[in-house]
Amino acid sequence: MAERSFAEEVKKLRLGAGELFRGEGILAVTKALLESGVAYVAGYQGAPISHLMDVLADAQDILAEHGIRFENSASEATAAATLAASVNYPLRGAVTFKSTAGTNVASDALANLASGGVTGGALIVVGEDYGEGSSIMQERSHAFAMKSQIWLLDPRPNLPAIVRAVKSGFELSEASHTPVMLQLRIRACHVHGEFVAADNVKPAFTVRDALENPQRDVNRIVLPPASFLHEQEKVNERWPAAVRFILERGLNELFAEGTDEIGIVVQGGSYNMLMRALLRLGVADVYGNSRVPLYVMNVAYPVVDSEVLRFCQGKRAVLMVEEGQPNFIEQNIATILRQAGSATALHGKDMLTMAGEYSAAELLKGARAFLAHYGRVEPAAVEARQPLKAAVIPLTPIADSVNARPPGFCTGCPERPIFTAMKLVERELGPHHVSADIGCHLFSILPPFNLGNTTMGYGLGAAGSAALNPPAGTPQGKRAISVMGDGGFWHNGLTSGIANSVFNRSDNLTIVVDNSYTSATGGQDILSSTAQNPTRSTGHAIEAAVRGVGVKWVRTVRRTYDVAGMRDALKEALTTREPGPKVLIAQSECMLNKQRREKPLVRQAAAAGKRVVRERFGVDADTCTGDHSCIRLSGCPSLSIKSNPDPLRSDPVATVLDSCVGCGLCGEVSQAAVLCPSFYRAQIVTNPTRWDRLRQRLRQAVIVRLQQRDARARARYAF
Amino acid sequence: MAGTEPIKIAILAMGGEGGGVLADWLVDLGEHNGYIAQTTSVPGVAQRTGATIYYVELYPRVQAERDGGTPVLALMPLPGDVDVVLASELMEAGRAVQRGLVTPDRTTLVASTHRVYSIAEKTAMGDGRVDDHNLMAHAQRAAGRFVRFDMAQAAEDAGSVISAVMFGALAGTGVLPFSRAQFEGTIERGGVGVKPSLKAFGAACARVGAELEAPAGTGQTGTDVQAGAPVPVQPVQGVPRDPQVRALLGRVAGGFPASAVPVLIEGVRRLIDYQDPAYAQLYLDRLARIASLRVEGEALLLQESARHLALWMSYEDTVRVAQLKTRATRFERVRDEVHAGSDQVLAISEFMHPRLEEICDTLPAGLGRWLLGSGWPRSLVGRFTRTGRIISTSSLRGFLLLLLVAGMKRWRRSSLRFAVETLRIEQWLAQIEQAAAINPRLAVEVAQCQRLVKGYGDTHARGWRNFETLMAVVRRAGASLAPVTLRELSDAALADEHGDQLRATLARHALA
Repeated sequence: MAERSFAEEVKKLRLGAGELFRGEGILAVTKALLESGVAYVAGYQGAPISHLMDVLADAQDILAEHGIRFENSASEATAAATLAASVNYPLRGAVTFKSTAGTNVASDALANLASGGVTGGALIVVGEDYGEGSSIMQERSHAFAMKSQIWLLDPRPNLPAIVRAVKSGFELSEASHTPVMLQLRIRACHVHGEFVAADNVKPAFTVRDALENPQRDVNRIVLPPASFLHEQEKVNERWPAAVRFILERGLNELFAEGTDEIGIVVQGGSYNMLMRALLRLGVADVYGNSRVPLYVMNVAYPVVDSEVLRFCQGKRAVLMVEEGQPNFIEQNIATILRQAGSATALHGKDMLTMAGEYSAAELLKGARAFLAHYGRVEPAAVEARQPLKAAVIPLTPIADSVNARPPGFCTGCPERPIFTAMKLVERELGPHHVSADIGCHLFSILPPFNLGNTTMGYGLGAAGSAALNPPAGTPQGKRAISVMGDGGFWHNGLTSGIANSVFNRSDNLTIVVDNSYTSATGGQDILSSTAQNPTRSTGHAIEAAVRGVGVKWVRTVRRTYDVAGMRDALKEALTTREPGPKVLIAQSECMLNKQRREKPLVRQAAAAGKRVVRERFGVDADTCTGDHSCIRLSGCPSLSIKSNPDPLRSDPVATVLDSCVGCGLCGEVSQAAVLCPSFYRAQIVTNPTRWDRLRQRLRQAVIVRLQQRDARARARYAF
Repeated sequence: MAGTEPIKIAILAMGGEGGGVLADWLVDLGEHNGYIAQTTSVPGVAQRTGATIYYVELYPRVQAERDGGTPVLALMPLPGDVDVVLASELMEAGRAVQRGLVTPDRTTLVASTHRVYSIAEKTAMGDGRVDDHNLMAHAQRAAGRFVRFDMAQAAEDAGSVISAVMFGALAGTGVLPFSRAQFEGTIERGGVGVKPSLKAFGAACARVGAELEAPAGTGQTGTDVQAGAPVPVQPVQGVPRDPQVRALLGRVAGGFPASAVPVLIEGVRRLIDYQDPAYAQLYLDRLARIASLRVEGEALLLQESARHLALWMSYEDTVRVAQLKTRATRFERVRDEVHAGSDQVLAISEFMHPRLEEICDTLPAGLGRWLLGSGWPRSLVGRFTRTGRIISTSSLRGFLLLLLVAGMKRWRRSSLRFAVETLRIEQWLAQIEQAAAINPRLAVEVAQCQRLVKGYGDTHARGWRNFETLMAVVRRAGASLAPVTLRELSDAALADEHGDQLRATLARHALA
């Protein structure tokens, strides 16, 4: 069950012709797929396209009605390979994943798919996770499109344009027998807007039709001599066909043609922010009416030479607005102009930053530089800084008072205690090399844990420490520790990491964090999920898989919050004389999902008068000395600080906020690490039974009397 | 060139703390009242408690229709071009200012003044909190209008969420072209927790509205923050019944400069509570030595010595912890902290881990020393104290056990820990006296070094090591040690657990 329920969004998928769809960009894509008569959809979840997968998972009935096959692929490679169904059959298929992380994984299948070409429209929807909020290496999907010759759509970030791109994408794919990549930047995926819906279309040719009438064409298979044929086809047939289609349909847009002898070429995805910059500079209005000619490339690849030349015809200069590097398009246009002997000057990365997101400020800077250079606007007056009110004089620069606030483990996260235990082991056995993975557990590299040396990709935690094994026959010293999530484990870690370490007789330790979901991508189910999923097969234990590939030393800690147990298991794994890979499976359910599931149930129970026990923690301010060791071993959002109530002390004391879910870590840590006795656990019983009350009364009778005696004694000296 | 400008709203929040709800409300508010609305955000991992921005733009639909165009709305805020900034927390408001989103010419800043401390602030070994007043000053200077109050508190009071309060505060400012009824309509359409949300909304809206009516002028509204301000000492109330106590207070009033009296009163109060009046007497005897130094700037020296001596003499031993944990006032405080209703049953459990060391500490000095140095008896006791104990203070067994430990107070003076601490305190006082002879400012710093020694177990041991290192420096350097240098060293000692900073600082001053 995903982090969010999409019941409401699913209704939107049923909208008919003329009805207004309001919602997120990525959901508009989902609707557009149904309107395009897609026959199958597959993908691997991940920001920013998780919602596409999640909403389809909640829309099984609609998919069934349309005879659409929907797969939660094991990896992006699986998803890409799924498009093979469109090679021999007129099946429209779409796959989705985050890019470039997912595209890297998918590239083998994508290369083969693009080589043989397709019969049915094949659409690859990639969420370009680039710039602010991105969690991956900063690269461009553009390179993959070019190297495999996959057409790349980069539509303007508004819902009608995005929906159009999906539909024309399928047609372009079919017209040119080439897979098409639809690139959506992170903000476009999450943009809320509206478009007028059309009716959903059942696929004319379904997966079943394909299965009943198998077809094959040896020339579509990637093996010589066909592979040489493919190379010729790509340039002599598919490319020209694509260019024809792009021109006929006018997929790229030209605005304010002939209004000026300078112009701007922009990727569709950057259009809105560029227009805002031009509005600021007074050369365009809010509706996109510009005084400067614009060539909007909704198709980022291939570049249509004739269109470029037509746009540059008679222009003194053009500015290429192309986010990211290398600047493939700019280089391409430079070649086109050069070979045509054009005199038009080409600007781009000379006026806009080579590396980094094209933020509003950056585009304003670049556009102003270009327009000022050709005398269209005033050059930037040395950033006419706002005259700030002198009402109050700040003591120090704002930077002194604004700290970074990186993402971290949620309140009560079961992964936190794993790293707390690692910190404790570090105290005893010294630091170890830690090979991290992709997933929430990667937050361990940040304060307060500061654990983790490298991360080589999803599921590659164990692979990342493969080399760090002493040569066979030499005495064993320290072992490297690898961390891997259950998501990464099933994605590829089982083979790339665990099986690999068995075969190569590794001696290292791999910790598999088993929290029952791919949590970092939005809490989707996977093979080892404990939840019962009506449309997927769950409950396949990681331990069985690990033993299955031949690991002898396997331990499973069933409650990660047991810090002492966790610490001892880690110590044993790092010190045991037993040779071969060690695998420690740390199990506890993702707290985010657990709370989402249980909170409402508990509320109902309490309302229904049933006995409900709530636990939470607290700190006694009068015994806390304000050293904050507990926080340095936890970092829980609910474990914070507050001003010291003691007039003799100034350092803030630790405090537990009401958001505490009573996971138990605070108590376990203060004992395991011998910190301090300030933590207490409060157990609050709502709707107590008669027995609860009776026991309470008996205890109170004695305790209160003794406390009163003590109070009287102190009252004597009070003042 | 047609059209007007869209309304631009940036929401700075921490992932999963209501920013998304607020953005959705604004979209709904716009769409139901004749506006074209667009919102974007960059979720993904940023959602996991990190700082994140939600951005909303609204454009009048009639205007667009009249002009026959479709507005091209932005997907991220342009610095210097934002009408409203909503910050769910004070440091996030500061972040908005830092990013240039808040400008005097156009921006209304609506911010909650409560703090959600950053990890850097929380993990500091001393007080790592940033200066709230600096944040306030910058926000005040950058904003055209600055509406602020503790919205988290307001939300709690109304039994609702902060987004509802912020929505109300926004409505109250009247910067958006929507009526209060239209705002409330949005909350009602939301359908979840409508009643409390409306309550929180209404209160915030009224509050801000009223403040804006009130004496015009700066256009600033709201109450300022007072975080980190030291708690004032509770003055003497009435005449104490006990003659010894009366005598002690008399001595404080008579024998010490007025400026030091409040701290001394608290010290005496603390030590009577910790042990008995005689112990407070000892406290005053020790301070009398400092007072008799008659050095210039002695007031400060006396105050600081009094403060730190009281803390040192009330060192947290097992007895003290048991004493504090078993009190009625503490039971009430816990009940209050965890919001346990009178109809609910509350159980309290403590997490204790008394090790061999703590046990020896509470034993009579001789016996304690013997056990520490012994062979098999030591390892025997050690075996029983390897794991911690969870004691339920609300159960009879647990309560009586702790009460028993608290009762060992009467033998405290003969305990090993008492002997050790007495020796250490005397050495420290002597150090203060010697330093005072050279330079009173240095003496103050020496007195303040006590802040290094805190916590329990390993934490306490680490603090003591650092303290000793610094005292050794004071002894060696003598007159040549500048007070500022000693302050720098003690700050360094509190910079990291491994003492790296301290080593570096010592090396830099050639004191290693």
